[in-house]
Amino acid sequence: MSKGLLWRFSLIALFITLSLLYLTPTLVSPLPSWWKGLLPKDRIHLGLDLQGGTHLVMEVETQKAVEGTLDLIATDLEDALSAKTLRYKQIARQGGDRVGMTFYDRGTADEAQKLLKDKYPTMTLVPPYDEGGFVHLQLRMNEKEAQERKDRAVAQALETIRNRIDQFGVSEPVIAREGLTNIVVQLPGISDPKRAIELIGRTARLEFKLVDETVNPAIATPGTIPEDTEILMEKRTDPTTGAVTEIPLAVKKKAIITGDLLTDAQIRIDSQFNQPYVAIEFNSTGARLFDQVTAANVGKRFAIVLDNTIYSAPVIRERISGGSAQISGSFTEKEAADLAIVLRAGSLPAPVKIIQNVTVGPSLGEDSINKGLMAGAIGVALVILFMGIYYKLSGMVANFGMILNVLFLMGALAALGATLTLPGIAAIVLLIGMSVDANVLIFERIREELRLGKTPIAALDSGYDKAFLTIMDSHVTTLITAAVLFQFGTGPVKGFAVSLSLGVIINLFTALVGTKAIFDFVLNRLRVKRLSV
Amino acid sequence: MQIIGKTNFDFMGKKKITFVISSIIALLGLIGVGQIALGTANMGIDFSGGTAVQLNFSQPVAIDQARHALAKHGFKDANLQEVSGGNKLLVKVGKATHVQGPAADAIEDAFRKEFTDNRFVIESSTEIGPAIGDKLRKDTLVAVVISLVGIVIYIAWRFDFAFGVGALAATLHDVLAMFAVFFVMQKEINLLFITAVLTIAGYSLTDTVVVFDRIRENLHKNVKDSLTAICNFSINEVLSRTIITALTTFLATASLFFFGGEVIHDFAFALLVGIIVGVYSSVFVASPIVVIWGSRNKETKA
Repeated sequence: MSKGLLWRFSLIALFITLSLLYLTPTLVSPLPSWWKGLLPKDRIHLGLDLQGGTHLVMEVETQKAVEGTLDLIATDLEDALSAKTLRYKQIARQGGDRVGMTFYDRGTADEAQKLLKDKYPTMTLVPPYDEGGFVHLQLRMNEKEAQERKDRAVAQALETIRNRIDQFGVSEPVIAREGLTNIVVQLPGISDPKRAIELIGRTARLEFKLVDETVNPAIATPGTIPEDTEILMEKRTDPTTGAVTEIPLAVKKKAIITGDLLTDAQIRIDSQFNQPYVAIEFNSTGARLFDQVTAANVGKRFAIVLDNTIYSAPVIRERISGGSAQISGSFTEKEAADLAIVLRAGSLPAPVKIIQNVTVGPSLGEDSINKGLMAGAIGVALVILFMGIYYKLSGMVANFGMILNVLFLMGALAALGATLTLPGIAAIVLLIGMSVDANVLIFERIREELRLGKTPIAALDSGYDKAFLTIMDSHVTTLITAAVLFQFGTGPVKGFAVSLSLGVIINLFTALVGTKAIFDFVLNRLRVKRLSV
Repeated sequence: MQIIGKTNFDFMGKKKITFVISSIIALLGLIGVGQIALGTANMGIDFSGGTAVQLNFSQPVAIDQARHALAKHGFKDANLQEVSGGNKLLVKVGKATHVQGPAADAIEDAFRKEFTDNRFVIESSTEIGPAIGDKLRKDTLVAVVISLVGIVIYIAWRFDFAFGVGALAATLHDVLAMFAVFFVMQKEINLLFITAVLTIAGYSLTDTVVVFDRIRENLHKNVKDSLTAICNFSINEVLSRTIITALTTFLATASLFFFGGEVIHDFAFALLVGIIVGVYSSVFVASPIVVIWGSRNKETKA
């Protein structure tokens, strides 16, 4: 018996030490200098509802990634067919999964068919068919390949977003994929959520397009402009009034250079006008292309387009070699800095849509913590008071068990790196009420046994024995709901489930081992004759 | 100290009255659930999609003025709520409101323009797309069903099928009772409420299991008396435990309700309601059903 007692007390002492060890970083700040090496350094993670911050769920519009690929294939085919002097009437993406081509005669179509088979072996070719005096041909992307492409688009988007957040500078962000198309981003404690969201959500597709001077954008309508031209808006912000004006501009649809040819982007300040701009560097392919294009188009204008908005449309004054250029426009320093970040981090392979955005201000978070802790403290005090009065000394033992329970639970939360949320605090408070339940069951049994005239030691043992199964059953049922909550809950609810399930398991230990050890010690070692229950 | 001494209430004898009460509660709960299914209930934006913004003003704001300001900027159907403590205002708009860009920004702009000399900070903002609301609703339904099934299987395995039925009925009763109270009070059904419901399902089961355990124990000890008598006897035996545990849990949760702050307020309220009905159902719903179900089985066997 005494050996068993030693074991149990050692185990309890070990758990207390471990809990305190894991809780030290949370309670002591800063950590003393000798606190290093293997000792735990992580504080308890606070959920966004407690420390403030932004929780975003974004849906990657993966279909757009497939369509983008098909658009690229269409452009590529135009070049390839022109290079072989195969005359075509039209090449364009059709629907969400194919590229359609129209030829003037069967011979050219057959030639083109051969070329397509070599160039795109993985895609399905719809055999040529005549219609309205023309020959049509379709290249279709398989379901499986489209799916792979969508999958890759989400993975790429995740990577790009992670890059952007890293450069934006958020400590401990959570960036994770959820389901097929969703990305979850958590940014704890950021001060300017709006700016961060804009930065993350921006597609950032940078394109250089030639301005079509033959079209007057002011009177152009979609029907009257050439097929390879489109109207885009140039946004100008008046630096003094802040008013935004939009000027339409006709540009060629085809981009000469795109953002994926960049190696670097930096914010600089124009010393002459004290205006921020973004300096960009091209890679070797980009530099060569830029050199060729500027050489061939001196005196013309080209537009710098980001996500279908024109930032500036300067005139090419001379051939630009060397592979560097600049994007100027009427933006603030912050805007220019963010632009540089998105250009460096690369564009998203498909647009993202924010489908859930939960932002909690830091003041509300702090308020929640304070109130949660206050409610917890009052709850603990009330229960301690009640148990002490109702069960006297035994009640104090139960209270000791309950405090161990809370301590172990906090320690376990810290050790597992679990997140404490406001509902999590609620779960702990609820557990405080429930944690004495096991003791109540036991104490009521003991009282019954004592009434039957048993000795304190016998009453104690049979009380624990008889209550054991009941305690197990009641804990398992709670554990079932906690497990389901954990599986299906998100954010704060998950935090609730974690606290609840850990608490239930710990409670089993403190009720069956913790308090029993104290009773055994008191009755067997101290030879107390009366049980105060 | 003892709250109650040895008692000898005839709990089973009250079953006609309590069944009527329980049926009314369950019926109200069913109406509440029906309203949710029809989409006419007071659903939180977790499930229906939409935007909620909590603002903290430096000076008091009249609700009417705020409503007028919002209506001017395209939010005619905005739901306004004063939050206790400070000059706080909670604005909720459904997904149907068509405004360019994020609704939270538009709401902020509206107040900035209309209340130029009353500065405010955004304390929290939540925007939930309709698609994610649908997913949440489905997931939640699955979660509720799975946990109920899991619990019933466990009880049926540990005890007897009749007990499983009794436990299921009592749990369903408690779940419906919580829906009933929230429906009658027109409180919002959100994710936290569902969490409270599931927690109470577990909690009330604990209560039921304790009573069942004692009934089973007494059934083994005593083969002479009727099932009704044994149930009565057992419930009386564990009555003090039932009351004490309910009391401690209630005390702790009540401190959450009174001092936990606005975010947790309704959640704590749901838990309080659940604790009360949980105790009621383990005494007046679960055991009587075991008696009815169990004695019918005896008759068919005999």
